[in-house]
Amino acid sequence: MMMYVLFGYFATVSILSGIFTIALKNPVHCGLSLLSLLLHVAGLFVLLNAEFLFAVQIIVYAGAILVLYLFVLMLLNLKTEEQFLHKKYPFFLFAGVAILAELLILMLQTPYGGVKGTATPSVVLQTGPSHAVGLTMFSDYLLLFEIVGVFLLGAIIGAIVLAKTPAGPVPEPTGQRK
Amino acid sequence: MIPLSAYVALSVILFMTGLLGVLIRRNFIIVLMSVEIMLNAANINLVAFSHYLSSMAGQMAALFVIAIAAGEAAVGLAIIIVVFRGKIATNVDQINLLKW
Repeated sequence: MMMYVLFGYFATVSILSGIFTIALKNPVHCGLSLLSLLLHVAGLFVLLNAEFLFAVQIIVYAGAILVLYLFVLMLLNLKTEEQFLHKKYPFFLFAGVAILAELLILMLQTPYGGVKGTATPSVVLQTGPSHAVGLTMFSDYLLLFEIVGVFLLGAIIGAIVLAKTPAGPVPEPTGQRK
Repeated sequence: MIPLSAYVALSVILFMTGLLGVLIRRNFIIVLMSVEIMLNAANINLVAFSHYLSSMAGQMAALFVIAIAAGEAAVGLAIIIVVFRGKIATNVDQINLLKW
């Protein structure tokens, strides 16, 4: 019973926050409702016995990525515009509805079955969920883990190179006392 | 026990919200935020299947999705800063620098 109440709460609030994220005019408000969405999705991860992902979701998503977004919002000082929708948005809305119908058909036709794995709750609870995640990560997924490390290094270098101030003609310093 | 289809339905709704945000909003940063919503919807799906099929593979995929999202946010925001500083545009539908 408690599971149903919690699932209903997390699901409803995450859907509402998602809608607010794309519907509010002020970008900072959008960022804050995205924060609410991320926190409630983290709650859903707890319901699904994924405690490590819950921690990662809050630390990395809400703590790092969202702060990055808010920093850029404050840096750019974007103004709230009167026309905040794309010029051709009815066309895209139609495309969106078509994709929604396709997704619903796929969802209704899925058998929701599959081959059961070995990580049953009793096996996982012998060592703890985070320990089980670590064991899997550093045995079966070690190569992927290293590749993600290289990818993040590339992303850092790319971000620094892109955001570096271009070395153009140095502007004359004005207002300096001789 | 909550049925798996409930999680999948939630995932579909969140994914559609994100997709609509990408399609209809003009602001760069909101478009990137909508991409984050879509990634979160995919994560819910992965973790739900991982739980109901008692396998670790879904959780691993979700962790890698979070790592990729971090890289995507960093590079995307750097591009936004470049475009904004060069006074090229302030909205998505005004960028046509790469158009033939």
